[in-house]
Amino acid sequence: MAANVQKVMIKGTRDGLTLHLDDQCSFTSLLKELQNQLSMNGLTDEHPMIRVTIKLGNRYLNEEQKEKLTEVVREKQKLVVEKIESDVLTKKEALEWKENTEITPVAKTVRSGQLVEVKGDLLLIGDVNPGGQIKATGNIFVMGSLRGIAHAGFEGDTNAVIASSYMQPSQLRIADQLSRSPDYESEGVYMECGFIDESMEKIRIDRIQEVVKKRPHLVSFERRMING
Amino acid sequence: MGEAIVITSGKGGVGKTTTTANLGTALALQKKKVCLVDTDIGLRNLDVVMGLENRIIYDIVDVVNERCKTKQALITDKRFDCLHLLPAAQTSDKSEVTPEAVKAIVQELKQEYDYVVIDCPAGIEQGYKNAVAGADKAIVVTTPEKSSVRDADRIIGLLEQEDMESPKLVINRIRNHMMKNGDMLDVDEIVNVLSIDLLGIVIDDDAVIKASNSGEPVAMKPNSKASLAYRNIARRILGETVPLMKLDEERGVLAKVKKFFGMRT
Repeated sequence: MAANVQKVMIKGTRDGLTLHLDDQCSFTSLLKELQNQLSMNGLTDEHPMIRVTIKLGNRYLNEEQKEKLTEVVREKQKLVVEKIESDVLTKKEALEWKENTEITPVAKTVRSGQLVEVKGDLLLIGDVNPGGQIKATGNIFVMGSLRGIAHAGFEGDTNAVIASSYMQPSQLRIADQLSRSPDYESEGVYMECGFIDESMEKIRIDRIQEVVKKRPHLVSFERRMING
Repeated sequence: MGEAIVITSGKGGVGKTTTTANLGTALALQKKKVCLVDTDIGLRNLDVVMGLENRIIYDIVDVVNERCKTKQALITDKRFDCLHLLPAAQTSDKSEVTPEAVKAIVQELKQEYDYVVIDCPAGIEQGYKNAVAGADKAIVVTTPEKSSVRDADRIIGLLEQEDMESPKLVINRIRNHMMKNGDMLDVDEIVNVLSIDLLGIVIDDDAVIKASNSGEPVAMKPNSKASLAYRNIARRILGETVPLMKLDEERGVLAKVKKFFGMRT
């Protein structure tokens, strides 16, 4: 009965090919079927590279199996695997994902010597005093005065931003970039936001309204899907 | 049952001991039963500032090691019968006593006194932990200097982890002309950063140094500015509403006359 059902369905889309793979049969038979199907398609050399998206349905593959699958597809010269999508996540991945996409509100004054560290975005309701430090894997929003150190995207997210009602930080850090306050006495600024300027590869501070334009996916679900 | 107030600051030399001595004296002036406890073991000063150094027989380490009863170690002030001092030991170390032992002593004293005022040593180590253990309230002393405010902030962070009321702030050694010129942090700025209630401000006054050298707390002097400040703080602790002292001082009759005519001084 299973033999009657097509294990591999190939669909052409604007962005290339989508392979819908059956999620009921065994992995080895799936690979075999895929090899068969792909060898049937004869392509001439003039064709450009074709990007392939593989949809696994309700099948979970570990890294090794994914590698194998990619190899089978890659055997055909003109096919490039762009991504492998599965409807199944491990519990660990799911929890990690959730953690990294959540906004964690914290209501306190972060005083000298204190450290607040969260996964995902941090919403601090209170001040960060000189000598205090806040860290987040995502963005940092401070509803109060930022006078200490803030480190956004500390696991490497260069798109992260640091926004604050009042900015007079001793240091701003985003991913692996760092900027510090000038050596002369300086006034802070209201309602501003720090981000990495791609053209200069440096942290810049601008009005929050400007930064929102530069980071349209700041809090949208899309950004979370990408970074999650 | 009275309450225990710890006077702390983190940084050294900002006036913890002076504040303890003067608050104790000011509270005694208001006819309250007060006991001062010095927890700065090894570097005791409170007895010197109070002028009671020569009366010490037993100290807090003796009480902890049960070489004497708590009552025996208490020294009665020369000016007030309702003011007592439990001195620190000079020959021991801060590790000689534990937070639990200090807490037990403070609990015992609270039964007898309206206020137990604890003088905390500088730093955030053992000595600080000892001093804070038995306290119900805390007063953080700072001066209008960045380093001192930074340390006060650190201490407030630590105090917030303790099981006690939010600490209150005393800004000590204010020099009016420097604050006016912007050479010193001003009061509003400090309160803004530390975000705790301000209990009082004390002006830097030569009389304080003179008084502490003569073993007579400045709070006893009727017309020094610092004295008035300390007495105001004591009244605020007792629940009175006292307006903050004005920082602008008029220099003598001439200034007053000039002001009357709207001239610049």
